[in-house]
Amino acid sequence: MSTTSVQRGYVIACLVENKPGVLYEVANMFRRRNFNIESISVGATEERDLARMTIAVRGDDWTVEQVVKQLRKIIDVIRVTILDPKESVIREMALVKVHVSSAQVRSEVLQYVDIFRGRVVDVAPDSVTAEITGDVDKIDAYVELMRPFGVKEIARTGITALARGGKPIRE
Amino acid sequence: MVQLNGSNALVGALRKQKVKHIFGIPGGSTLPLYDALCDSELQHILAHHEQCAAHMADGYARASGFPGVCLATSGPGATNLVTGIATAYMDSSPIVALTGQVPRMMIGRDAFQEADIVGITTPITKYNFQAKAAAEIPSIVKKAFLIASTGRPGPVLIDLPRDVMQETADVDLDAPVEIRGYKPRYDPHPIQVKKVADMLLNSERPMMLVGGGAIISNASNEVLQLAEHLLMPVGYTLMGKGAVPDTHPLCLGMVGMHGTIEANKLILEADVLLVVGARFSDRTTGKLDQFCPEAKIIHIDVDTAEIGKNAKVDLPIVADAKKTLAQIYAQVVQRCTKREASSWLKRLEELRGQFQSRNNGSSDSNYLRPKDILKELRRVLPVKAIVTTEVGQNQMWSALHFQALEPRTFISSGGLGTMGFGFPAALGAKVARPEVPVVDIAGDGSFTMTEQDLATSVLDHIPVVVVILNNSMLGMVAQWQRLFYRRRYIAVDLKRCPDFVKLAEAYGAQGERVGSLSEFSTAVRKALASEVTTVIDVPISPEENVFPMVPAGSALKEMIWE
Repeated sequence: MSTTSVQRGYVIACLVENKPGVLYEVANMFRRRNFNIESISVGATEERDLARMTIAVRGDDWTVEQVVKQLRKIIDVIRVTILDPKESVIREMALVKVHVSSAQVRSEVLQYVDIFRGRVVDVAPDSVTAEITGDVDKIDAYVELMRPFGVKEIARTGITALARGGKPIRE
Repeated sequence: MVQLNGSNALVGALRKQKVKHIFGIPGGSTLPLYDALCDSELQHILAHHEQCAAHMADGYARASGFPGVCLATSGPGATNLVTGIATAYMDSSPIVALTGQVPRMMIGRDAFQEADIVGITTPITKYNFQAKAAAEIPSIVKKAFLIASTGRPGPVLIDLPRDVMQETADVDLDAPVEIRGYKPRYDPHPIQVKKVADMLLNSERPMMLVGGGAIISNASNEVLQLAEHLLMPVGYTLMGKGAVPDTHPLCLGMVGMHGTIEANKLILEADVLLVVGARFSDRTTGKLDQFCPEAKIIHIDVDTAEIGKNAKVDLPIVADAKKTLAQIYAQVVQRCTKREASSWLKRLEELRGQFQSRNNGSSDSNYLRPKDILKELRRVLPVKAIVTTEVGQNQMWSALHFQALEPRTFISSGGLGTMGFGFPAALGAKVARPEVPVVDIAGDGSFTMTEQDLATSVLDHIPVVVVILNNSMLGMVAQWQRLFYRRRYIAVDLKRCPDFVKLAEAYGAQGERVGSLSEFSTAVRKALASEVTTVIDVPISPEENVFPMVPAGSALKEMIWE
């Protein structure tokens, strides 16, 4: 179908029924239709009975159109929007635990955390754990800078996103 | 509000939905529910395999348009429904499947006969529920029927933990329900309708392709009215067979792998293809980029997700087929008088004349030819008779040679291609429409997959006719081995086992073997008058092929017919 297509990253925001099984339904649809999820994050919303899923997908225009249609077909999915990266605030949070072999390394790591406007959330004799928030590229860049020191563990949330401006997606 | 236990709430809710029949098999987890059925007006039909219960519900739904209900116990009962549910899902058939489940406290502990049927059926149902409390049951049932039968229909499953069936609660059988994530779109956009009319009026070689959606939305009259006004030939997919009478001069027959020569040839020349409620399955399109190379495609479907899923469409309309076609017709009538003749119609007649004599099947005079058997069957059956098929050669011969005259009278497993579907579906259809004869056109391979439900037909007095086109082969697989694997036959020879006459008699049904067309029509007439199911075994040549044929993955133009 899509032989000459360009692969891009897309961010899809969905409002879904806030009840058990919906994440399974959504993830299952991706698997069944042979679409890939790069990341997915789920959380509460301003309305108690709605949850919000932010799904990062890589693909061409055709694939993403199919993803959106299949998502809309799921009865527990109430609203689906593709967020334009230029018109949206897109953030991911990562916790990165780095090995520090000496006091000098420690101060170097702390400087990087500062440059990335991160926060140190845990310090041990041989490690520093920092919380970094930003878009995916920023976190990737931080992780790359830490690699020479020895990254012990990383936990990333996957992206979450809102469109800029006053209008919520449910309208 | 009334005080009821979960089982009685369920029965009450099913009655509110005007359910009259349930196809099922009891088991440990559904005992409370069966106890409630003792006192209810619901008629329970005891299937002999849960797969058949699901196919019966499916056949019931396809024959009547009303959701069919099947019921199985937890664990293996529920998993046995899976093939039937998947069959209904692929062909957009509204069934409501009820499954027993272990008590709530036991769920997730791998209890005896526990299966995660909600998880298992998520990809093959339109929606599914697990009742968490008796009070929820009426609204779940109401939602289930609403979802199953509206929009693009499909199967819905309700999982019922045993203790929910037993607990007593205040229930409201008339509680209104709202499903905010479910709003089927029925009305076509007027601008799109106008664009379709423009395209059709500007086209010289328009063709229509109708699928199962045309039957589901009862659009037959609208299809014909538009086709006749514009002299637009109509081809159909397997699921669309019956939407227009096969005897209509504009009817081309089936398009696709085993499509008719005129349908597969004409589609290559069409300049506009109006697709109504079809989903561009690979069996219909062949190699997609050469499907209708000259044509702009208009696609009417009630399911947005079907638009552009397989084929690139020039003009989509997401709406109900009947409403849309009626509005297109209204526009067309205003803007042009009824076409009386066209060179396009001449082309159709030319193709017909050219190929009429082809495709008669083998000339092995030792055997009856499927084509002749099916023509004879049509002669004997009344117009309203319902025919179901199994899957394989019997199905494709039926599609090619059995003339369906009315919608909902040709019932076949199209998408999933489930062997063993036809017989239980025939039983379900007969329960829905007891006043018309129902015939399962079977193959010897398919029939053995669900033959045990001869017991259901005998014990529950559901007389149908089974015509076995018996080539003593898994015929379609044998045909592919013959054509594409240099006749290296493996695992296809059924060696005329079992003896279907004796098999029928063992169940208390009637069995007959016929060797000539006159014997065949006598046997069918006798069977139609009988109060018990009849199995008619018709030996045919093991070498018989289904032609025409477009090899898998090839373009429609690469059709072979001998």
